[in-house]
Amino acid sequence: MSQSHRLPAGGRIDRSRSLSFTFDGTRYSGHPGDTLASALIANGVHLVGRSFKYHRPRGILTAGSEEPNALIQLGLGNRTEPNIRATQIELYDGLTAASQNRFPSLEFDLGAVNDTLSPLIPAGFYYKTFMWPQRGWMTYERAIRRMAGLGRAPDGPDPDRYEYRHAHCDVLVAGGGAAGLAAALAAGRAGARVIIADEQAEMGGWLLSEGDTEISAKPAVDWVEKAVTELAGMENVTLLRRTTAFGYYDHNWLGLAERVTDHLGPYAADHLPRQRLWQVRAKQVVLATGAIERPLVFGQNDRPGIMLAASLRSYISRYGARPGKALVVFTNNDSGYRTALAAHHAGIGVAAIIDSRAEASGPLPQSARAAGLRIYEGHAIIATTGRLRVDSVRLGRLAASGDRIEGAGFGIPCDLVAMSGGWNPNVSLFSQSRGKLDFRAEDGVFVPGQSFQPLRSAGACNGVLSTADCLAEGFAAGAEAAREAGFANRKPAALKVTEPDCPAAAPFWLAPPEKPLARAKCFVDFQNDVTAADLKLAVREGFQSVEHVKRYTTTGMGTDQGRTSNVNALAIVSATLGMEMPAVGTTTFRPPYTPTSFGAIAGRNIGALFDPVRRTPIHEWHAAHGAKFENVGQWVRAWYYPKPGEDMHAAVNREVKAARTGVGILDASTLGKIMVKGPDAAEFLNRVYTNSWLKLGIGKARYGLMLGEDGMVRDDGVTVRLGEDRFLMSTTTGNAATVMTSLEDYLQTEWPELKVYLTSVTEQYATITINGPKSRELLAALTDDIDTGNEAFPHMSLREGTVAGVPARVIRISFTGELSFEINVRASQGKAVWEALIEAGAPFDITPYGTEAMHVLRAEKGFIIVGQETDGSMTPDDLGMGWAVSKVKPDFVGKRSLTRSDTVREGRKQLVGLLTEDPKEVLEEGAHVVQVALQQPPMAMLGHVTSSYYSPNLERSIALAVLKGGRALIGKTLSVPMPDKVIKVTVTEPVFFDPKGERANG
Amino acid sequence: MRRYSILALARNALGYHEGWERAWRAPEPKPEYDAIIVGGGGHGLATAYYLAKEHGITNVAVLEKGWLGGGNTGRNTTIVRSNYLWDESAALYEHSLKIWEGLSQELNYNVMFSQRGVMNLAHNLHDLRELKRRAHANRLNGIDCDFLSREQVGEYCPLINLSPDIRHPVLGATLQRRGGVARHDAVAWGFARAADARGVDIIQNCEVTGILREGGRVTGVETSRGTIRAKKIGLVTAGHSSVLAGMAGIRLPVESHPLQALVSEPVKPILDTVVMSNTVHAYVSQSDKGEMVIGAGIDPYVSYSQRGGFNVVQDTLHAIVEMFPMFSRLRMLRQWGGIVDTCPDASPILSKTPIEGLYINCGWGTGGFKATPGSGHVFAHTIARDEPHPLNAPFSLERFTTGRLVDEHGAAAVAH
Ligand SMILES: Cc1cc2nc3c(=O)[nH]c(=O)nc-3n(C[C@H](O)[C@H](O)[C@H](O)COP(=O)(O)OP(=O)(O)OC[C@H]3O[C@@H](n4cnc5c(N)ncnc54)[C@H](O)[C@@H]3O)c2cc1C
Repeated sequence: MSQSHRLPAGGRIDRSRSLSFTFDGTRYSGHPGDTLASALIANGVHLVGRSFKYHRPRGILTAGSEEPNALIQLGLGNRTEPNIRATQIELYDGLTAASQNRFPSLEFDLGAVNDTLSPLIPAGFYYKTFMWPQRGWMTYERAIRRMAGLGRAPDGPDPDRYEYRHAHCDVLVAGGGAAGLAAALAAGRAGARVIIADEQAEMGGWLLSEGDTEISAKPAVDWVEKAVTELAGMENVTLLRRTTAFGYYDHNWLGLAERVTDHLGPYAADHLPRQRLWQVRAKQVVLATGAIERPLVFGQNDRPGIMLAASLRSYISRYGARPGKALVVFTNNDSGYRTALAAHHAGIGVAAIIDSRAEASGPLPQSARAAGLRIYEGHAIIATTGRLRVDSVRLGRLAASGDRIEGAGFGIPCDLVAMSGGWNPNVSLFSQSRGKLDFRAEDGVFVPGQSFQPLRSAGACNGVLSTADCLAEGFAAGAEAAREAGFANRKPAALKVTEPDCPAAAPFWLAPPEKPLARAKCFVDFQNDVTAADLKLAVREGFQSVEHVKRYTTTGMGTDQGRTSNVNALAIVSATLGMEMPAVGTTTFRPPYTPTSFGAIAGRNIGALFDPVRRTPIHEWHAAHGAKFENVGQWVRAWYYPKPGEDMHAAVNREVKAARTGVGILDASTLGKIMVKGPDAAEFLNRVYTNSWLKLGIGKARYGLMLGEDGMVRDDGVTVRLGEDRFLMSTTTGNAATVMTSLEDYLQTEWPELKVYLTSVTEQYATITINGPKSRELLAALTDDIDTGNEAFPHMSLREGTVAGVPARVIRISFTGELSFEINVRASQGKAVWEALIEAGAPFDITPYGTEAMHVLRAEKGFIIVGQETDGSMTPDDLGMGWAVSKVKPDFVGKRSLTRSDTVREGRKQLVGLLTEDPKEVLEEGAHVVQVALQQPPMAMLGHVTSSYYSPNLERSIALAVLKGGRALIGKTLSVPMPDKVIKVTVTEPVFFDPKGERANG
Repeated sequence: MRRYSILALARNALGYHEGWERAWRAPEPKPEYDAIIVGGGGHGLATAYYLAKEHGITNVAVLEKGWLGGGNTGRNTTIVRSNYLWDESAALYEHSLKIWEGLSQELNYNVMFSQRGVMNLAHNLHDLRELKRRAHANRLNGIDCDFLSREQVGEYCPLINLSPDIRHPVLGATLQRRGGVARHDAVAWGFARAADARGVDIIQNCEVTGILREGGRVTGVETSRGTIRAKKIGLVTAGHSSVLAGMAGIRLPVESHPLQALVSEPVKPILDTVVMSNTVHAYVSQSDKGEMVIGAGIDPYVSYSQRGGFNVVQDTLHAIVEMFPMFSRLRMLRQWGGIVDTCPDASPILSKTPIEGLYINCGWGTGGFKATPGSGHVFAHTIARDEPHPLNAPFSLERFTTGRLVDEHGAAAVAH
């Protein structure tokens, strides 16, 4: 388990402890402070994955979240996670990781045949083939899908937990490098509430990797430590490590994803969530998200062992690893020399520094020269070799034009290549905030321009290069942000920084390869295997807008969102088109900044908390008495109450019969209830219901229909007048909230002059319906202040008094056609009153009935259910309820639509009854009715069965249906064609039981 | 147009792929055309293609303000199905589905129409009744639609959480096996290439800023690239349909809302069908690349900003994780929005307008991608003949005056 490629000293790792981990089944060791990537490198492992399309061997390109290559399957079983960047995985003991997208093994991958086939399958090839035979795509697709897809999804449900945190702050700082820490210090010292978040385990950003930088005459890391200590000591500052600001939305709302326990592996405490989603509303934002080094595009620039120059520096100085023995640096700027020197000092052989510039004369090149390093100015890499790892580079002298090699190329053996194409400001969040980007031509970068939210960019993400400038900008941005948020402060003094001078890069976009471009494999997007030739092909074929290039070639569409490829791609496209880069455009960065787990975004709102469960105050009684339940919207309602040995059919039949012969009891508490109050309450009801409400007496109840503006029935219910200016409205269970909001909408936007106030009281009252010929006797037994006599308490009226000793509103209404009372009591007293009724009802054999029996009972009477007999296309007249529409009212919602040509035409669907030939046959709800059943579809349909039950009272099946010209069809025989048979039905009136409606008045 | 095939690929491989021609030309706009289509999305391009192919009208320009397919065509989640409730819609969408089945061959462009089935889940008795109603209607309209029991759902798609104890347990589903998904960009590009080959001028970066009229009829458009004349103009601008109609003084019964979607990182194939749920409220399919493609409903407020609220993304993922608990550790890779134009009855408008020579195709809301070829086909007929095709006659603008709506919302209500 020796770490063969660990430097003898240095780095921010804890060498006193060893951690053991496996990669593709082989055991290795590393140290706390390592990432999986640095630990693999310290063990001499560079080959870590296969690319998406060509399955080419790939290594570790970067040391950060921009990594396109080193995507790892982390963990096992239900906890496994695909596509995790090795550069972001903190090592823990027992970590298990595996490579992806290869079969049978990483070294020998059959998919690599695609690499051989690559001349045949350039960008967009799949649009041009796989078209024969017509159904062939399904077969090709299966094969293609298997080849694609990177890692594996977990095997089963996620065992971990996720949390939300909502937060407000004055200043949110995204990024904890030099600029971010400085900004947080400035804002924090001013007294602002600050949140600073960094995606890494440690704050400090690139300062952690620069061994040659000093701040205030001390190593840069000392300043980092001091800054972090100071911030941690401020009560007004929240320091969030391992926290990615992933999304910048409107009104300075940002999403942060904190990885709380991922780095602990199995050692995480149970009480901790795995990740936490911070939802932050910030007065001011400081973006300090740094810069990302740009790869150089040259022939076969993708082999394991080729990495970004600054990342190499990071592996050496931050992680104490030795990624190779013989280094070649390829650069277009001085920072490549900084890497060469760092490697040289760490004892890594530097075989060559290849500089695309004709001349390199800055202090760093001079130091390199002084150190005796071999420098090839005006050269470029034109090819590389090596199967699973680079083993040499070939280079050649660039012509003055830069797009051609002069003379013969030659090789240099090596096992490590560091490339630097300059730095791209990391403008993802800025661009997500809708800010506009400006182009800086001298080094070919996009920098933040105009912004549209209260934010400022500071440091490298703003295009600044030196640590001194980053710190200065950070302090200034933090101070300014705090000031804008209302916290006065003084300008902080500048810090003295010593670091090598690294001027901006000279853009160099494509090294002319040794082979023809189409064969040279000059990769631009490593993850999606997009080459410079692919980009040129796209342009040639007319895909010239940036978005078209992206979509046609898939460049920038990988899990890294093109962090290392977008600008190179844009430059190559622009050069091909002969246009300036900004004229071609820039791509949009879409949230999230880096992939964010579904679990964190979903938080706790899954499982039992997915959707609130609404139970009535009497629920426990139903459960204790064996009720079966059904979900109605969020409500859980008693469906039926089977006795031992009863099936649903038997139970429902018993309940239905009891409700017509003795007394049944129903928990109707779920009905929507809205208190309508105010001097204009009656006028308001008059406008929202179709019938007239102005003259309804106090203590009287009325049934009302509500229409949409299109004249179609939207809701119904009984409303009672409690006083001159008070009504209690009931709505259907499922529509209560919708009705409430649309009534509010009318009040606030259409009729603001009406003095009416609405209060939802659905949950304030329990509603118990007792129903059947014995219900009056039962009610009388439990009240001594309400006269229950037929004349004293007529149908459609309300009495207030006490029932079972508690205050109650009793309404005499009926949804079954039987004598029936609806008892409303305070929710807290609902269960007690229900139990009292059950007890007092024992002599009448009182029978609780559920929603199913209620449906049968009302269908026997032909009463509609909104949402069942109606579907947004039925007018009152279609339902045979023209009686509920006032002919004299000047207006009500939907009135105008009732006279439109289509609403008054012949042949509209109308509500009717259906009786099957065979009385035992119960039609399927949703089945369709035709005049004549044909052998084969299509068949012209008349309409469909809306409700269908077995009616024990009629001892036969009954159904309601809506049929075109339905009322004219009464008496006719029609057909219901089912998949396996045709059922004959006779059309009837929709009322099957007590058509005169005498029983409810009895 | 040089044909695409495996042989063409092989031939071009020898020439380093330097011999491929442009998929479509980039002509300068002419001063006048026989017909102008405004909007280079799938519907606009398909309309132009069928004008040329079926009606011999080839002197046509498609004017697109940005890049082809950059509107909803390139942002949608590509579900294609025809199992609509009402006869009128079912006929229109089925017409389209039939064209989809041979579209790659028709266009000589692989649009990757994958008939992997579209499943709609039922979670309560109300859902069951509604889905059965739809399945029966589809069957009698001759459209394939199976009804699956809970067990059959599990066999067809084992990943779904079928536990009876969850908040909204799955009780059954409809399945349209001929439904599926397609590659959105390819639809735009394939139609563009095929239309171009028949002489249609496809003009990008050309924003229409005004509609010219004389005496009750159109005469042309003002654009960011100058005035272009034509006697027939079709407006096919989806999220901006009311803006364009407004330029001609027409007020549409349309609201524009953001509709969002997201994808996960790609993983190896695990989900082989499209799963939709209205009650739990989300839908998902897996792209050929391996990403889970996820969406839900519109953002409630109106907007033209092509982005929505994060809370809608959260709600969508609550539903996805609830239905597929093993997706919890997948990660959201990208998230975006488009602007959809919704009609009060959730059905499109494919219609003549009160202005002679001006036609409009809009109001597809959240579900117009599936209609792309069929819509283009009947809209081309409407423009060429100055009268609707029988299939789009019910989708006229007048229906909002007469009341003859095709209400595909169904009743939003749940029962008593
Ligand atoms: C997130 C999302 C998911 C969706 N999912 C599905 C799905 O799964 N299945 C489905 O069937 N449908 C889906 N849809 C709906 C579907 O995308 C649309 O209905 C359909 O693509 C509309 O096509 P179109 O060609 O009419 O519109 P678009 O593609 O939007 O084209 C309209 C074009 O008009 C252009 N334009 C606008 N104004 C002007 C002007 N003044 N001048 C010139 N050009 C102009 C625009 O730039 C645009 O390119 C979804 C939509 C979204 C946003």
